[in-house]
Amino acid sequence: MYAPKVKGKLTLFDEVNAFGEIAEDYIVTSNSAKEIVFPRAEKLFSYHKSKEKAEITDAANNTFPDVILWGTRPCDAAAFIPLTDIFNSDLKDIIFNKRKDKVLVLSFSCSRSDDYCFCTSVNSGPGNIAGSDVLFTKLTTGDFLAEVITEKGKSLVDENKDLFEVKSEESKESNLAVVASRFNQEEIQAKLKDLFENPVWDDKSRACLGCGSCSYVCPVCSCFDIQDEAHGNKGIRLRCWDSCGYGLFTLHTSGHNPRNTQGGRWRQRILHKFLYMPNKSKVAGCVGCGRCSRSCPADINILDTLTSL
Amino acid sequence: MNELIKSAAALLESNAVQVVIGYGKGSASRTRAIFVTNVTDCEKLIFDSRCVQNLAVYLTKQEIKKLGKPAIVAPIPVLRSILQLAVENQITENDLVILGITPESELINFETFASIETFLATHRIAIDEKYQEIISKIKNMPVAERFAYWVKELEPCFKCYACRAACPLCYCTRCTVEDNQPQWISVAAHPLGNLEWHIMRAMHLAGRCTDCEACYNACPMAIPINLLTKSMLQDVAENFGSYGPSLDKENTLSSFKPDDKESFIR
Repeated sequence: MYAPKVKGKLTLFDEVNAFGEIAEDYIVTSNSAKEIVFPRAEKLFSYHKSKEKAEITDAANNTFPDVILWGTRPCDAAAFIPLTDIFNSDLKDIIFNKRKDKVLVLSFSCSRSDDYCFCTSVNSGPGNIAGSDVLFTKLTTGDFLAEVITEKGKSLVDENKDLFEVKSEESKESNLAVVASRFNQEEIQAKLKDLFENPVWDDKSRACLGCGSCSYVCPVCSCFDIQDEAHGNKGIRLRCWDSCGYGLFTLHTSGHNPRNTQGGRWRQRILHKFLYMPNKSKVAGCVGCGRCSRSCPADINILDTLTSL
Repeated sequence: MNELIKSAAALLESNAVQVVIGYGKGSASRTRAIFVTNVTDCEKLIFDSRCVQNLAVYLTKQEIKKLGKPAIVAPIPVLRSILQLAVENQITENDLVILGITPESELINFETFASIETFLATHRIAIDEKYQEIISKIKNMPVAERFAYWVKELEPCFKCYACRAACPLCYCTRCTVEDNQPQWISVAAHPLGNLEWHIMRAMHLAGRCTDCEACYNACPMAIPINLLTKSMLQDVAENFGSYGPSLDKENTLSSFKPDDKESFIR
């Protein structure tokens, strides 16, 4: 089971072994839950070369463990939708899909939010059911409203009938945080196609240090690097997290770098999430969790850019 | 800080500088680096105890250099970095105007790097006792225990390199980790890859780090990597004399003398 766990001054998604380890008082965790289906370093295959041949052990043939993901927020769960889309677009990623199949997503809606949150601006919200198998909402009585969304979620409930009780309509809305809308996503999407040369990208990214924090804490970001780690005749191929924020992300072997300014890279981040992805797969690449802004060491706030457009 | 705003405005007005790098209001209760290019916006410059980001990191960034000659708001951690950058020939006195800020929040001008060094001589780097205790505790662990300690501490690291990006002294346009002929340092965020990166980072800072803690403040997983740099600072001080940048003394670990103590590699 993976759930939010307090670690020093942060709350992080991590493996838990006892219910008491699970954190309760958090808006969102500092890291995202995407690690469950998209690990930071994933072995794709291992190989062993001999004189005649190369033996390859493909990780796509592995079975993956059942995972209960507990304590995701609606934004975290909603992120699985564009993430699944990315890994099934031109190629169906076997490993991703196998991992995803084994995950049970048990989310908790939000009773509070902060200024970094903007789920309601990206077609989501503090009680969004998208991406969850069951969504729990804490009620004033201390009980939880459990919305059973998928067949997987229903199986869980059926196996634990003594813990659930069918009730008539409980007021979900009154137990949710109020998250003010900060911008209109469709309007932004329409504007973005004409803003490629606009100075806003340089202006808003001046303080950007070009680290990968925003990409790595984001529940949707999934760019990766392929690395081979070899020792003599044996080795492994790894898929590792990467970030379009790095200066050398688009460096060609020729030495040419089409995105050689931080402004160009910031533009790419926003356009990818708010224009290219909605155009391609109808779903934006952002769920409004605000992790990028919270974690940014230079306090680049994505809302500053989005609201200024 | 009115003096600061006035000075910044005067510098921009006279075109002595084209940009003022300072602190401004950020998200929630944070502050952030701002780049003021006109007199009106000087009003946005603030300075208080929340202003801990090391602005010196922007002095070596091409996007900022393109804006023109900067003035930089420089509390002590920034002053130390500026001096170290000067020692390493990354900036000259003509490249910038320094708006120094004393611990008493007073504006102080520095015309020369030598005057910064004189000022910093009375504000020496000092490793806090609580850190000294933790570092001693770790150093006293047997090797296997120490290894396990760091593997565990570095487990949350996902190699975002925020520590590298925030450090004013990590200004290489192509970092060693970006070499892949050969791949010196593993890219992956597995235990070995994490150890390799953090050990290498600390070693590259030996004799250079000025204990600004930008690395620790930048880390999104709040990993105490400042323990590595502080420990390194202590080791360099003990083996090679006092720590801190100096225009007269050569960089401790990038200069060689036949009578160098080599006890640390025995």
